[in-house]
Order: sequence, then C-alpha cells, then structure tokens
Amino acid sequence: MPQLLLELFSEEIPARMQAQAGRDLERMARERLAEAGFLPEAVKSFAGPRRLTLVIEGLPGAQPDRTEERKGPKVGAPQAALDGFLRSTGLTQDQLTERDGVYFALTAKPGRPTPEVIAEMVPAIIRAFPWPKSMKWGTGSLRWVRPLQRILCVFDGEVVPFEIEGIESGDMTEGHRFMGSRAPFRARHFEAYAAGLEANFVVLDPEERKARILEGARTLCFARSVELVDDQGLLDEVAGLAEWPTPILGDMDPAFLDLPPEVIRTSMRTHQKYFAVRDPKTGGLAPNFLVVSNIEARDGGHLVSIGNARVLSARLNDARFFWDEDRKTPLETRLEKLRAVTFHAKLGTLYQRAERISALAGQIAGLIGADKAQAERAGLLAKADLTCGMVGEFPELQGLMGGYYARQQGEPDAIADAIRDHYKPQGPADSVPTAPVSVAVALAEKLDTLVGFFAIDEKPTGSKDPYALRRAALGVIRLISDNSLSLDLRAVTQNHARDAFLATDFDLSLDNFIVDRLRVSLIDQGYRPDYVLAAFRSGWFEGLEIGQFIARVEALTGFLKTDDGANLLIGFNRAASIIAAETKKDGISSHGRPQMVAGAPLEETALLNAWSAIEPRVDAAMKAVDYQGAMTALSELRAPVDRFFDKVFVNDPDRNVRDNRLLLLTAVRDTMQRVADFSLING
Amino acid sequence: MVDANAPSSSLGASAPSASQGLSFQNLILTLHDYWSRQGCVILQPYDLEVGAGTLHPATVLRALGPKTWKAAYVQPSRRPGDGRYGENPNRLQHYYQYQVILKPNPKDMQSLYLGSLAAIGLDPTLHDMRFVEDDWENPTVGAWGLGWEVWCDGMEVSQYTYFQQVAGMDVDPVAGELTYGLERLAMYVQGVDNVYDLRFNDDGASYGDVFLENERQFSAFNFEVADVETLKRQFEDMVAQVSRILEHRGPQGQRLALPAYDHVLKASHLFNLMDARGAIAVAERQSYIGRIRDLCKATAAAWVE
Repeated sequence: MPQLLLELFSEEIPARMQAQAGRDLERMARERLAEAGFLPEAVKSFAGPRRLTLVIEGLPGAQPDRTEERKGPKVGAPQAALDGFLRSTGLTQDQLTERDGVYFALTAKPGRPTPEVIAEMVPAIIRAFPWPKSMKWGTGSLRWVRPLQRILCVFDGEVVPFEIEGIESGDMTEGHRFMGSRAPFRARHFEAYAAGLEANFVVLDPEERKARILEGARTLCFARSVELVDDQGLLDEVAGLAEWPTPILGDMDPAFLDLPPEVIRTSMRTHQKYFAVRDPKTGGLAPNFLVVSNIEARDGGHLVSIGNARVLSARLNDARFFWDEDRKTPLETRLEKLRAVTFHAKLGTLYQRAERISALAGQIAGLIGADKAQAERAGLLAKADLTCGMVGEFPELQGLMGGYYARQQGEPDAIADAIRDHYKPQGPADSVPTAPVSVAVALAEKLDTLVGFFAIDEKPTGSKDPYALRRAALGVIRLISDNSLSLDLRAVTQNHARDAFLATDFDLSLDNFIVDRLRVSLIDQGYRPDYVLAAFRSGWFEGLEIGQFIARVEALTGFLKTDDGANLLIGFNRAASIIAAETKKDGISSHGRPQMVAGAPLEETALLNAWSAIEPRVDAAMKAVDYQGAMTALSELRAPVDRFFDKVFVNDPDRNVRDNRLLLLTAVRDTMQRVADFSLING
Repeated sequence: MVDANAPSSSLGASAPSASQGLSFQNLILTLHDYWSRQGCVILQPYDLEVGAGTLHPATVLRALGPKTWKAAYVQPSRRPGDGRYGENPNRLQHYYQYQVILKPNPKDMQSLYLGSLAAIGLDPTLHDMRFVEDDWENPTVGAWGLGWEVWCDGMEVSQYTYFQQVAGMDVDPVAGELTYGLERLAMYVQGVDNVYDLRFNDDGASYGDVFLENERQFSAFNFEVADVETLKRQFEDMVAQVSRILEHRGPQGQRLALPAYDHVLKASHLFNLMDARGAIAVAERQSYIGRIRDLCKATAAAWVE
C-alpha cells in the first residue's frame, strides 16, 4: 500500500527539543489519521538538527467511506420540528431511521482521496505543533521553533500540494550544510530520501547517530589506550547537534589534571559538550577530550581539534583561576558573606539557614549515633561555598567544592564528606550518603527546608512546587530508609519548628505531606496501591517513623501473598459485611468482649479461643514494631475463621446468641484492623 | 550557497592559517565590506557608553515599527564590572562588538552570516560551525528573541537572534540580529591566546599597544575611584531628564524619543558603574533594573508613535 513521506526542514532545532518533537509529530499524525478513518500499518518519525521527518506506511489511496449520523426530533414531536430537520438534512421522512423513539438521519459520506486529507492535515499539524518555545520570522505570522524553510510532502510517489504562509510543499530536500553536493535533491520515496541524505552526509535516525558517535569514540579511545567516560545525557544532546557526527579525540594540557576531576568534567560538559576520557590504568581522567564535530574536515579534523583544545584551555584556565582564588579564603570567612544573601524573604539569610542546619544536624546526630560536634560544624559550613567563584561559574558543583575546600583547610574527612554530600540524594538516580555525620547533615538540610516552608505556609499545590519540597521529602525518605534509621520525624520537625521558626501552631500537614510522598514512592517501587493504603490507614503509629510504614507495607504484602493471608482477607470481608448488615438492621445490644457461652457450637468456641490467644500477641507484636510477628499471629486466625463461617449461622433467632457472635466477629475484625485496614484492599 | 573563497579578495590575501589571519582592523574592514555589499547602511559607533551593541538606537529603536532597515556597525561595549586591570587575557571592561541588523530578516540570513565568516577566513569545510540553542533576553530593555550562539570549533563567535519583542512590544516584521565578539573572533582567526597580543594592524601595532593602558586606568576608576554619591545623583538626574524630555514635542510635533533614549543609556551606564563599585545592594538591584526598563518602555512607545 502507498507510503506518505513528510519532511519539515528548518533552521537548527534546539537539541533538547528534538526527541519530543519527533514523538509529537508521530502522535499528531496518528490522531488526525484516526479521526479521518485511517489505520496505517506503520508510523515512524525521525528528529534531527534541521529536520523532522515522518514516514507512514500502508495508507490507502482514499479515505474509507463513512456514514454520518445526525440526531433529530423525538418520534411524535410536532410536525414543524420534523419538517425543519428534514429540510436541514435534505431527506424525506421515509429515509430517516428510528431508534429508541428518536429520528436519526444517516448520510453516506464517500471517502475523500488521501492526498486531500493529507493536504489539510499537515498545515493543521504545523499550526498546532506544541513547541516549548516558538517564534515568528520575516514578515509572516506562522510560528515554528526556528524559521521553517521547506516542506517535502509526497504520497505514493506524488507531491501532495499545499501551501502554508508562502511555503509550498514539494519533493525537494537537502543534505549537510557543508558537505556533499550542497544542492537540493528530489526524493519521492523514503528509501530514496534516506539514501540521498546518507550520500549527502546526513544520518537521519537519531539512534543511528548515537550509535555512530559511541562506536567512533570508542575506536578512537581504544587506539590511544584510553576509555570514554559514558554520559547518556550528553550523548543525547550531541546527537542533536550534528547531522554527520564525527568524533575527534583531542589533547588537553596534562597540567590541568591537578584540578578536581569533577571540575574538568563539568567544564567540558556544560561549556563545550565534550566527553571526558579516562586512563584505565589509574582510573583517573586522561589528558584528552572527545568532541563530536559536525564535519569530516578536509584536513582530517586537525584544525578542529586544535581549535577545540585552545577553547578548552581557556575554560580550564578560568577554572584554575577560581580554584586558586577560592582556596585563599577559609570557609568561615565565606560563611560571614552569607549574612548578606537572602535565602527567602520570610526565612532569613543563608547565614541564618546555616545556623539552623547546624543546630538541627547536631540534634539528629544525637538521635542516630553520629558525632554531634562534627555534624554541627559540617552543617554550619555546608553552604559557605555558595559565595566562591567556582560555584558562581558552575552552580552544579555546589557542595562538592565546599567538600574540597573543607579538606584543604584541614577539616576532618567526616566533615568534608558531609559538606560534599549534603544535597544528596538529588534525584532518584543519585546515591544516598551512608556515613553517619553526612546523613545527619543531609537530613538537616532537607528538613530545614521542609519545616521552614511549611511554617510560612508555602506548600506545594498541584503541579506547583517552586521550592522542590517534594524532592526534599523524597530525599528525607531515602536517607532514612536506605540507612534503616529509626528516627521519629514528628518529634524532629515539631522541635525544629518551635526552636528555629518559633512556630507554636505547627500542625501535622508536613507529616501528612511526607507520608504522602512515602506512599507515592512505595507505589513507584511496585507495591500495590491498595496494600500501601491499607497499611498506612491503620492508625497505631506513634510519631512518624518512615521505617515503620515501610515495614508494615512489606509485611502486609508478604502476608497477602500467602494462602492464609488471602483466605483470611475473604473471611475479613465476610465478617465486615455481616457486621455492617446486622448493625444497620437492629444494632448490637451489648458491647465489650465476646463471652464464652456454654453449649455454643464447637467452631464458635474455637474461634473465640483462637482470638483470645492471638489478640494479645498481635498487640504485643505491634507495640514491638514486629509486623511480621503480627501477621504470623493473624495467619493463625484463618482456619478457625473459615470453619466458623462454614458451620455457624450468625443471625441466630436468640438475640443474645446473635449479639455474642457479632461481638466475636467485631473483635476479630478490630484485631485485624490494628495491623492494616483490610477494608481498603481490593479482592 | 556560501562561497568560502570569494569576498575577501578586495583586502588582499587572507589565508585561513592560524598564525596569520586578518589583523583586528582588517577584520572590521572585511565585515564592513561584506555587509555593505549586502545592502546595509554602515554606521559608526554610537557616541555614548553602552553595555552592548544591541543598545545602539540603530538596533533597539529601529527594530520597532514597520519599516525595513539594514545596518551594520562596530560598537564599543562598556562593562565596568568585567575590568581586570589588563591582567586577564580574555576579559575587558571595554571591547568591541560588530553588530548587524536586518529587518525583516531575509530568508537566507544564515547563509549570509556564514558568508561573512568565510570572508574573514573561517572555511566551513575546515572548521566545525554550529548553531547551538541560546535564547537572548535583555530585561532592562524588555527585549527577547530566539536564536543561537554560533560556535566555531567549540568557540562562541557570534550571537544570532530573531528579535520577537523589544520594550515589551512585538517586533513585526521580525528583525534578525547578529553580534560578533570582535576580539574573540580575531584571537581565533589569528591564533592568539591573549587579547593584548592581537595584531591590531599589519604594521606592528598590537591590541595591547592601543588598549592596555585604557584597561588599567578604567579598571581603577570603575572599581575604586568613581564617586558613588555622584553616580547616584547623576542617575536620578537622568531619570528626571527622560520624563521631562518625553513631555515635550519637536518642530513637526513628534515626540523626542531619540534624546530621551540617550538619557536612558546614560542612566543604564551609571547603574553599571554603581554596580561595579559594589554600591547596589541585592534588594535594590531589581528596583534599579525595573526603573530603567520603565524608562526604556516609555521611550520606545514614544518612538513608535
């Protein structure tokens, strides 16, 4: 079946927008084709520095015929209404269809030729394209990410003619800006198009560009006995900056290797988009860089390599200047400068924040067995590097530089490491500190943020989270869970709110916020949402210990996987529905514990005995935070519960008997509820 | 399409080899020649201190309104805070930008631009030329546009922008703006690592011979000597002057936008000097910038009238 080939050729599209643009083009084409009744066999898009390409296989030559239905008046409506409907549809009454007492007009709509549909679809897609930022150019009013230069649109080997803002569709495209024929060429099928581009030094497929970059880079590195430092984000970016990506391994002055490796890598990456290169023998950086050029230069890349090396030298000279200058000023002096820097209008200066973090870090250190004095000092100095030149130049090196400068001025490793790592973890992929002092300071940094913004009522709403409080809460959760800390966050945050922010009415909304992040994070990790909710909603938490929540979810998930667990859940639901039905009918006349009744059925007595034995065990286990133990105890209820429901009729005509049985079921239910709210679990 | 070898012939041989390359002044002459042949008005630098070539009225004001406009000029840029007493090989408080404005931007503006690079000896089959996303914004004149930094072998040699708004007003038709950092470009073309080592002409004068003393004296003035109280007073005077000018009309009944804009530029430079002296507190900064922007907007509105 025929093929559609579309290319939107423009000036350079920002690398970071290309992948999404490819997906958007594909999605919009699919949606619009589906609306028009098409079901293509395959839709594929390619995005690159100067073009978005779409190829659709298996489109018929015409749109399928369709029947359009219009709703008319009710049968028996006044004649005037019916006449009006007939006039507007051009039908007679016997041509109408009747359904559910309503008239419908069915009109056959013959399918239009596919090119006509495409000629309307493409301009509509262009006008509605969701670029993150778009612009106008020249005298026109069309918007695109950068000026749109040409449109190639061919269906079944023929140009689909249309025009948008003076750009007429055609069958011409062009290759690389500087290599190949540098003249436009004709392409009427995808195969010819792709081959023409390749012959004119354009790799169409971004995945192919990435593969060629990696392969070329690794080959160059291998020949010089060095290794490429992988960087997926950078690879994605440089693959969007070159149509004919050509890796070049350049030389760097080895004297720069005494700079911190993170500084070299950051400078290479952010300013120059170079990959760093490693010496496999030492594991440290090698005096090289890998740049991905967009041309195979006539001189084999000699001038490109020299030019890039000179630019890198200038950059690293700047970095060295900052490194040398920064180290002349002790962190204490830098700390003083933070008095002049506002953190937030209502939360004071960064100096005040440093003092708060210090105090809180000391308090947490005491609770988790870290050195209190070290945590306080690291907390105090953690933000000092914000006034240094290197962080001014590379904000992403905050913390890290503080760690270097702390070590340089003779601080113990524990303090330097804690300063270095105090922002961690910054995202799901980031590592979590494990050294006790580092953990205390990293927790203090995030908790001060959370308590502070909650104290001034700057809470995240909907998608708005300008102070990244969700990330801070997730960081707290990971710091605690990954290190298996037992720490009551409620006590810590309430104390901090009172001591640092003089907040006497600090409510539980921060607790709820943290618990909510924890719930989301557990679901993200694959726990069933209803299990998480059931475990969280059972009350019986004293304070706010992340570990207890997680342990309970784990225990519940494990328990419900077992046969006993699954069956007990059925029993629970049965008990709950009987209790609900009976209570609704005529209430329960007696309260308190179920009684042992002489002459009761064996199964009733057995359940009562089982419950009486198990209840204190569940109680004790919950108090000891032994959720596994509590679940094990519960599992022993399964058999007696099953037998009870098999043999005992709850709704006995003798009201006392019935009430006692209801009390027994209520007791069983309540004991289970202490462990988790089983009523929230979907069967 | 770009002809890599054509335009520089009128100025004699300009080999692309790193050790020779155009002298600083020949670089300017080559660009003048090139953009003159593209139909640009070749202007001389504006006779006031400005922080960037964009602020020349030939760009900021002429970008507005419906009229066609093509111009190219060199503009000294003054950034008091960037002074380094002549001791940093890359940073200057006074340097040159080459500025081109084409309104409306021609369809082949990228090719024209690449032609200008070829004219100064940067052969795109030997050097790696890239257009890397960089959106331009100047909050003090309420202006923004989309475009790129242009890289040559990893070095930013120009800023290329399609102006979308100036002084909060839509630029329609759109103006294309090119800004070349002349010293940096010359360093690249000549293969020099220190700006003061640039050959200024082909007769032995270096950039340092011409400007080193200038950098030393102005760094001292900008950072140590400029009297903050005087600057503050002058700033307030300029602000008052702009409002006063805008109340008056010229012989044909026109608003006096051009003289008003001069005083906006003076206010802006006074602000930069105060900033270099460390006299602007963090909290005051936004308020100063906001005041300059408001003046600029009022002036631009008067200009469009």
